[in-house]
Amino acid sequence: MLAAVDWHVVWQRIFHPDHVFFRALYTTVYIAVVAQVMGVLLGLVAALMRTSKVWPLRFLSGLYVLIFRGTPLLVQIFFIYYGVNLLLGFTLIPNSLNLGLFSLDGAVVAGILALGVNEGAYMREIIRAGIDSIDRGQMEAAKSLGMRYGLAMRRIILPQAARVIIPPLGNEFNNMLKTTSLVFTIGVYEMFADAEIHYSNSFQPVEYFLAVAFWYLVLTGVWGLIQAAIERRLAAAERGDELTFRERLTTAWAPAGAFVRR
Amino acid sequence: MTDVVMEAVDVHKRFGRLEVLQGVSLAVTKGETLCIIGASGSGKTTFIRCINHLEKIDGGRITVNGHLIGYREEDGKLREDSEKSIARQRTQIGMVFQRFNLFPHKTAMENVTEAPVHVLGVPTDQAREQALALLRRVGLADKCDTYPGKLSGGQQQRVAIARALAMRPALMLFDEPTSALDPEVTGEVLSVMEELAREGMTMIVVTHEMGFAKVAADRVVMMDGGVIIEEGTPEHFFEAPEHERTKQFLSKIL
Ligand SMILES: Nc1ncnc2c1ncn2[C@@H]1O[C@H](COP(=O)(O)OP(=O)(O)OP(=O)(O)O)[C@@H](O)[C@H]1O
Ligand SMILES: [Mg+2]
Repeated sequence: MLAAVDWHVVWQRIFHPDHVFFRALYTTVYIAVVAQVMGVLLGLVAALMRTSKVWPLRFLSGLYVLIFRGTPLLVQIFFIYYGVNLLLGFTLIPNSLNLGLFSLDGAVVAGILALGVNEGAYMREIIRAGIDSIDRGQMEAAKSLGMRYGLAMRRIILPQAARVIIPPLGNEFNNMLKTTSLVFTIGVYEMFADAEIHYSNSFQPVEYFLAVAFWYLVLTGVWGLIQAAIERRLAAAERGDELTFRERLTTAWAPAGAFVRR
Repeated sequence: MTDVVMEAVDVHKRFGRLEVLQGVSLAVTKGETLCIIGASGSGKTTFIRCINHLEKIDGGRITVNGHLIGYREEDGKLREDSEKSIARQRTQIGMVFQRFNLFPHKTAMENVTEAPVHVLGVPTDQAREQALALLRRVGLADKCDTYPGKLSGGQQQRVAIARALAMRPALMLFDEPTSALDPEVTGEVLSVMEELAREGMTMIVVTHEMGFAKVAADRVVMMDGGVIIEEGTPEHFFEAPEHERTKQFLSKIL
């Protein structure tokens, strides 16, 4: 079976990617980052709305989660790309947005919008859990010092909640990097679209999809390293450690610890 | 009686069907240290939380320095005040919690400077200077850069006192400040509080430390079932408590 695979094509795609591929890779990362940032912001707003005293805000926040977690992402992508135009009778996503410095492909905008709004619904839950994990006494202490809700959230609650939010946020971004592949369906030229086009020109699906899988692994692998570094720093901060450079080196490379007296 | 700092008149508070405060009236004058004692569930915590409007009240009124707390009077009716002015009122009232509630992501110094800088707008340098003086006063000048997680309970509570004092409050509220502490370290917190009382701070202290009451309190009130049932000097409570409930309670804690 493996003999049927043209390994030369696979190596070629992995070790000698062309610049068209790199543009596609850039598009993938770009969409993932912007959509994730959007998701965090929307999630934060929705999480704060959820605890609002104004019931319509609470209701909207609940409805948002209900809809975007309750329907397929693919449907949301198509709905935002095509549906809204038809439904509302105007072009929400023009084919090309000219923003002076650079122009944005309408499909990219629609893709980011769909992924970001969808992500926000999941982020709301994560951020909510983070905020709920902080002892009520923290808000009360802040209030007793004359802080208003917004200030207390910003300076006291959210910085502490961040420690709880960041690990699952890292997993969300790992997911996002891979989920971007769905936007090929509305014609965005990202990594998966690149593989798809090569495949339909060559009818060598295994070769091209194997190669693109490798590249997704590279992206998620690099992100995994970054995530691990962030979480290590968080854990150190949690212990309240103020390590000297030397101590950090010796803990990073444990065997050396034997030679250094603490 | 012009120098009344805190006055509560017929304060009522319900949690659902449970009426926790059933008409508490109390006045505290400038420089006075008042201790509140009473059995668990008698409403002590609830009452002092009402004083800085961490709890809404269902009846009566509370004033601090002559200003109504948490409410505005409109056509003879009380309406809850805006968040902004409630926050402003709270800057005058320091509160020390049973469980310290220090900000764990900030050093001792940052805990103390946080509110002066971000609420009152005090310049950072000035706030740090003032914070250092306060931390020295509570005996923790050497712990400025330490995070709460690395401080003992007694040290944390002293930082919490410094944090509240940094706002230069007219009134300090303490809710069982030593009951979460090991017996060996209650002394260090109580002596800071005694010092404060001597310096003329106006204080309301919920406590079962009768030793502290004897040394520092000008007056003691006993709460039971959501009302004040007895009031007097510390000596009165040691020598001749009148109420049966008071006698029972004191015999348990002394
Ligand atoms: N948020 C709340 N919701 C419902 N009931 C409450 C709430 N807070 C307090 N209570 C009830 O109100 C009553 C008085 O509580 P409070 O905490 O004021 O008592 P306390 O005198 O401080 O007691 P302790 O000595 O145990 O601290 C108790 O029965 C308590 O269960
Ligand atoms: Mg209590």
